[in-house]
Amino acid sequence: MSMKQIANWALNTVTQRGASYADVRIVDHRQRSLATKNGKVGHAGSAETLGIGIRVLVNDAWGFASTDDLSREAVDKAAAQAVEIAKASSRVKEEPVRLAAEPAVKIEWSSPYKIDPFTTSLDQNLDLLTRIDAELLAVKGVTLAESSMQLGRYEQWFYNTDGSDIHQTRVITGAGFCALAFQGTEIMKRSYPNSFGGQHQNRGYELIDELKLLENARRIGEEAVALHKAERCPEGRMNLVLDSSQLGLQIHESIGHPIELDRVLGYEANFAGTSFLTLEKLRTLRYGSDLVNVVADATEQHGPGLGTFAYDDEGVQAQCTPIITKGLFTGYISSRETAHTIGETRSNGTMRAEGWNRIPLVRMTNISILPGDKPLTFDQLIAGTDDGIFMQTNRSWSIDDKRYNFQFGCEIGWEIKGGKLGRMFKNPSYSGITTEFWNSMDAICSRDQWTLWGTPNCGKGQPMQTMGTGHGASPARFRNVKIGTAYKGN
Amino acid sequence: MLTQSHAEQIFKKIKKFSTVDEIEVIFSSTDFSLTRFANNTIHQNVAEVNEAASIRVAFDGKTARATTNRFDDEGLKRAVQSAESIAKVQEPDPDFLPMAEASGGKGTAGPSRSSDQTAAITPGERADGVGKIVAIAKKNKLVTAGIYSSAQTAEAVINSNGLSVYHRQTSAEVSITMLADSSSGWQKANSPDVRNVDPVRLAEIAAQKARDSRSPQELPPGKYTVILEPAAVLDLVGFMFWDFGGLAILDQRSFLNNRIGTKLFGENITIVDDVAHPFQSNAPFDGEGVHRQRVSLVEKGVIRNIVYARSTAAKMRKSEYKDKVGEIRVTGHGFPLPNEMGEAPTNIVFVTPGKEQTVEQMIAGTERGILITRLWYIREVDPYEKILTGMTRDGTFLVEGGKVKHGLLNFRFNQSLIEMLNSVESIGKAVRASGEEAFDMVVPAMKIRGFNFTEVTKF
Repeated sequence: MSMKQIANWALNTVTQRGASYADVRIVDHRQRSLATKNGKVGHAGSAETLGIGIRVLVNDAWGFASTDDLSREAVDKAAAQAVEIAKASSRVKEEPVRLAAEPAVKIEWSSPYKIDPFTTSLDQNLDLLTRIDAELLAVKGVTLAESSMQLGRYEQWFYNTDGSDIHQTRVITGAGFCALAFQGTEIMKRSYPNSFGGQHQNRGYELIDELKLLENARRIGEEAVALHKAERCPEGRMNLVLDSSQLGLQIHESIGHPIELDRVLGYEANFAGTSFLTLEKLRTLRYGSDLVNVVADATEQHGPGLGTFAYDDEGVQAQCTPIITKGLFTGYISSRETAHTIGETRSNGTMRAEGWNRIPLVRMTNISILPGDKPLTFDQLIAGTDDGIFMQTNRSWSIDDKRYNFQFGCEIGWEIKGGKLGRMFKNPSYSGITTEFWNSMDAICSRDQWTLWGTPNCGKGQPMQTMGTGHGASPARFRNVKIGTAYKGN
Repeated sequence: MLTQSHAEQIFKKIKKFSTVDEIEVIFSSTDFSLTRFANNTIHQNVAEVNEAASIRVAFDGKTARATTNRFDDEGLKRAVQSAESIAKVQEPDPDFLPMAEASGGKGTAGPSRSSDQTAAITPGERADGVGKIVAIAKKNKLVTAGIYSSAQTAEAVINSNGLSVYHRQTSAEVSITMLADSSSGWQKANSPDVRNVDPVRLAEIAAQKARDSRSPQELPPGKYTVILEPAAVLDLVGFMFWDFGGLAILDQRSFLNNRIGTKLFGENITIVDDVAHPFQSNAPFDGEGVHRQRVSLVEKGVIRNIVYARSTAAKMRKSEYKDKVGEIRVTGHGFPLPNEMGEAPTNIVFVTPGKEQTVEQMIAGTERGILITRLWYIREVDPYEKILTGMTRDGTFLVEGGKVKHGLLNFRFNQSLIEMLNSVESIGKAVRASGEEAFDMVVPAMKIRGFNFTEVTKF
């Protein structure tokens, strides 16, 4: 039985029962997940899940039902259930759902990769992780070494009553490690190449080779131990330089989430929250300094980010939307249902679902800050900074439910004095108000310093959905930032 | 819904596909529905039916797991082969234990957590419930958002040593936010039995909080006496229980390293893990099918015990910590193997010391303080001193002269949990509470002195 035939059972059933629109996603998701701890296997497993999700509009209201059973009987039952649910929804509504028009398409697409990660041997995978652990443990004072690798293949067939037929496959690879050092009353941590399990992209195993994990293990272990002898990061207003991974998370929390149009409209008010970016701020709010240029870009041209695809999960083509242009707030990320609220006739294609058993939500794609136009290396950025703090690698992150006030802690900080990096600082943190912070940015490194980071664990929705998002960033400098608040009073 | 006998039949089939010594399967079965509303409208309304088999094989000191929701022969065979191939390439682990014996799953039967009324909830009934919530919002000139969900779940652990345990449960949950122009209020509750969840009552309380916190005023950051409602207590203390496992101590990643047996919290803090408590939920067995036992974690502020999976207990008995960690016994708190985290207590019950006060009595006895409904986006700043940061949300009030005076702009806090649990002035009756940052617990409201707010946000 083909996926199209299975989908047609559902589409026929819901149409006969009164659906004015419906879409069907069949998803086959396979993963391999490996982790080591102190050189021994910590987690070793594979997982696969296959099922169908049926989303319908009946009486101008939504219903959705999903099942892991792809038999005709079960699919028909789920389709009928989706219609009944939509009818129940229609009993409590203020406005009818209005969907922006979208042309039907027929397309096949796969994310590019060089080495299919599932063709690599388990031996090879585990050997790398245990060797990393050995390097970390070779550093005296490292008390816990952890390494991990995730390989995934996400295949989706999308059909809707408009006639779209979209078959997409994304290959996803990620890996990283961390070292912990416990001494006295402190636990210090260093991670590479990022926290949250490292770096993750829509790529094959070639990513693992490029990350130079083993080559960096000894240094990371040594830094974890050295942090115990470092002074605590000072407190006060200072200049701040962020590495690109921390800037990527700063973008995620203080730009990516507030631009979600469903949040702005109150759809997420009970859980994820709302947004300070109310509709009148579009094209009027000075979000950041002139150097701040941010896009939401799901296209392949942007790079192999976790937010790269050909079509979103309601059949809208991937796009690049200017979010902040020379500091001015210029765009939200939207859906077919929300586009009209900002005067648009078309969604900008950001609806994404965690799997077959979840509905698509407005989600970050690749929300990236564009690098500076003028050549500027990291060394030149530091050389141009008289005094300040350089912070690397996220350790804690928190932001209020409208996305104004944030506080981030990093794993390690370095004093900047006279254009040079100096003393190491432990427990660095900074905090601020979103727009004040982005308006204080006065330098950003150029393209050669830019990395497209992957955040694999973004949570949103009820029931909760976890999504991978991409964030390109170069190191950047911010003036007069509040430093060290996390330990104030403690 | 998967039954135990059906799970056992599938297990026999899986076993035939395997070529190794030992095999264990965790079955899960879900029938879940959730009606979501915002802007006084049902805008999302979903249902899911799913069953999965998570197959673990073990031989020669090696183990691995493969999970599938494809129950045809091909799907099950592929999962078994995948688990076997992942296990084969591993180095043998000298600490590896055989799978749990059948006797390990036996224990006192807990209370029933399955309700026919909850299982029978229809989309129409959930819509009716939401309709009542929306009516209360409109009556108060507010806008509401939230969820009304219902679920039936079953899980079973079956292994080749004859262990077979099964748990079936229902749950109903309602969470409500009421929004005014400059303020909001929130309430949430869940229970295996829908009759214990009252959407109307929750909506009325949330609406009152939204009304009472209108036009919030700014108070400078600093240390204040706070009254934390149970959901706020839960979301804070939830961050420490991941450290109450034996493997966290062996890994030296626990804030309890070198602190077990010491008086870390105030005299009025006593905490147990008790899956059989009538307000608790979830299965009475762990990820290996081992029966969960009641464990006294904190007694009058003293850290007494931590919890153990089978393999962690064996490792701890051989470790340098063996004389410093209290009683070492298999408590039935392990996560499914193989894993890096070991175990954790997830059925937390605060045992209150008597003389409980209601939140109203705490307010009446407070000259100046802050009443907090809910906290948000809590993260760990310091893992050993257990400093947490986060925000207040959806109902933060100034208390003066024993009365709630007005709403406040929301605060950011940076607060040590250790200090907080040494500064509890009064405690309420422990109730089943539900938040967003931690698993559900049986916790009281608390009045705490010197809570550390470091910043104020703009709303």
